[in-house]
Amino acid sequence: MLRYIAQRLLLMIPTLFGVALLVFVMLRVMGGDPVETMMRGGGGNVSQAVIEQERVRLGLDRPLYVQFGKWLGGMVTGDFGVSMWTGKPVSQEIASRLQLSLQVAVMATVLAILISIPLGTLSALYKDTWIDHVVRVISIAGLAVPSFWLGMIIILVLLSYFHWHPPIMFTPFFENPRENLAQLIWPALAVGYRYSAVATRMMRSTLLEVLQEDYIRTARAKGVYERLVVIRHALSNAMLPVVTVIGLEFAFLIGGLVVTEQVFNLNGIGKLFVQAISRSDLTMVQALVLLVAAFFIVVNFVIDLMYAWLDPRIRYG
Amino acid sequence: MGAVPGTLDVTYKVPRRRHPVLAFALQQPLGTAGLLVIVLMIGAAVFANWVAPYDPLAVDYGGILAPPSWKHPLGTDNFGRDVFSRIIHGSQTALSVGFLSSLIGCTLGAVIGVASAYFGGRTDMIVQRFMDVILAFPIIVLALAVVGVMGKNVVFGIDWNLIIAIGLPMVPRVARVVRSSALAVREMPYIDAARTAGFSPARIIFRHIVPNVVAPYLIMLTASVGQAILLEASLSFLGLGVTEPTPSWGLMLSGSAIDFYQQAPWMIVFPGVAISLAVFAFNLFGDSLRDWLDPKLKL
Repeated sequence: MLRYIAQRLLLMIPTLFGVALLVFVMLRVMGGDPVETMMRGGGGNVSQAVIEQERVRLGLDRPLYVQFGKWLGGMVTGDFGVSMWTGKPVSQEIASRLQLSLQVAVMATVLAILISIPLGTLSALYKDTWIDHVVRVISIAGLAVPSFWLGMIIILVLLSYFHWHPPIMFTPFFENPRENLAQLIWPALAVGYRYSAVATRMMRSTLLEVLQEDYIRTARAKGVYERLVVIRHALSNAMLPVVTVIGLEFAFLIGGLVVTEQVFNLNGIGKLFVQAISRSDLTMVQALVLLVAAFFIVVNFVIDLMYAWLDPRIRYG
Repeated sequence: MGAVPGTLDVTYKVPRRRHPVLAFALQQPLGTAGLLVIVLMIGAAVFANWVAPYDPLAVDYGGILAPPSWKHPLGTDNFGRDVFSRIIHGSQTALSVGFLSSLIGCTLGAVIGVASAYFGGRTDMIVQRFMDVILAFPIIVLALAVVGVMGKNVVFGIDWNLIIAIGLPMVPRVARVVRSSALAVREMPYIDAARTAGFSPARIIFRHIVPNVVAPYLIMLTASVGQAILLEASLSFLGLGVTEPTPSWGLMLSGSAIDFYQQAPWMIVFPGVAISLAVFAFNLFGDSLRDWLDPKLKL
């Protein structure tokens, strides 16, 4: 097991390197010029000499491989560079927003788990009844409704009936947990709907598959209570793919947040990312994309480890 | 024909061969409903100039933010433009971007998947690792990065960079599914036969493997169109996709729509309904197509 973990950890390095290289090439070779965007974007009249000077200051005049090497070298020592727009360290800018996005992501995940496991189970147990039909329509719709639009509708409803407005200031959890939760539950719901729809569908289909297995018939034939058959025999075996989906969607949740944060006026990672892109803030975009990809790779790894924990038959040697 | 001594008179009930479209309609009612919506949408997009009661760009400052009425079935926006006409014309954008990006992304993915499976070994390993790298990016993050760095590139009224941005995340996903189907086909005896007959790899790939992975390809293609429409709406909403004055559902939700929450809720309700309905239809049709063509396929 330890050997397997070490192997997987080592294998992450080339993948991460590939991600870093791809991001770098994409941004630096095909991308716009950040200095041009910053200085001439607003239609300002700036002389070429000033632009060149700024390029030298940001190190953009150096050969690409030197820039890449510097960036990689910096990251190994925990230095992600300086934002080309604000001049502050990238890590500092990200850290101040990460808490908020992570909290929304965790809340959406909890919501998704609370919704999808019971709904998916009910849907599978009452297959082809009205319960099943309702759950399926709700979950197929969940894949179609854009989360940012759902967010707008939530705000519209809250505004019309409760005169609630998305607050301008963000309240951190440890300052006022009630206020904080009241503020973030709505964006979590907006992104969590799609999330739980995906998980519900998976829960339903795997549970249906498991219920066909021989050991379920054996358990029933032995006279085990139906409740126990479902909970102990069926559910525990159907959980694996559901855990995978929940984990993968958690890693990808940041994608849903990119748009939904705009709607709720939340100053999180998603908003930062959109800002960085429209400002051609290369260092910031690089760091964010790499962070998200690394997060995805790590989550994948954790899911694999959870497999072994959830299903003792799986042994990594 | 009389009874010939020594033979049994057996009548066979030949199974009726229904037209495939009719057979699909009978067995997959939900998918057919999805297909109907898709056909309606395509009709609305193609004949937008006749279907839409107004010019989607016609500004009418005398009638801004008008609620839904007989004159304007879905109301007007803050420039007095007819929301219904804009939604009808918006379907052109949604469908053209959706279809083109899915076609390009899925075809590229399928080619990579088949080639990777056919050549196997080191090629397969390298290609798969590269696909893994692309898979590590959330779809919208990848699309945003591509749009952000590449800017606009409009030819024939279509922003091809947007198409690439939306199609690119599909490539590794399709490649993965098609590869696993192609791997199974590769082991078939007829592939060995073709190889022994001395056919070139290109001929084996295109004549013998490709026809056998068309089903997963088609399924992925249909499923992708819905996702592409959703992605186009998100990008346009963020101001990084389709830009004014082109009517686009995502664009209708962005910018000023938020400021008119209370005065004109129809400005945000209806474009979102259009997006959801379109994606819903493609998802329903895609799901049924999978059940119909290849029920065991895991996407």
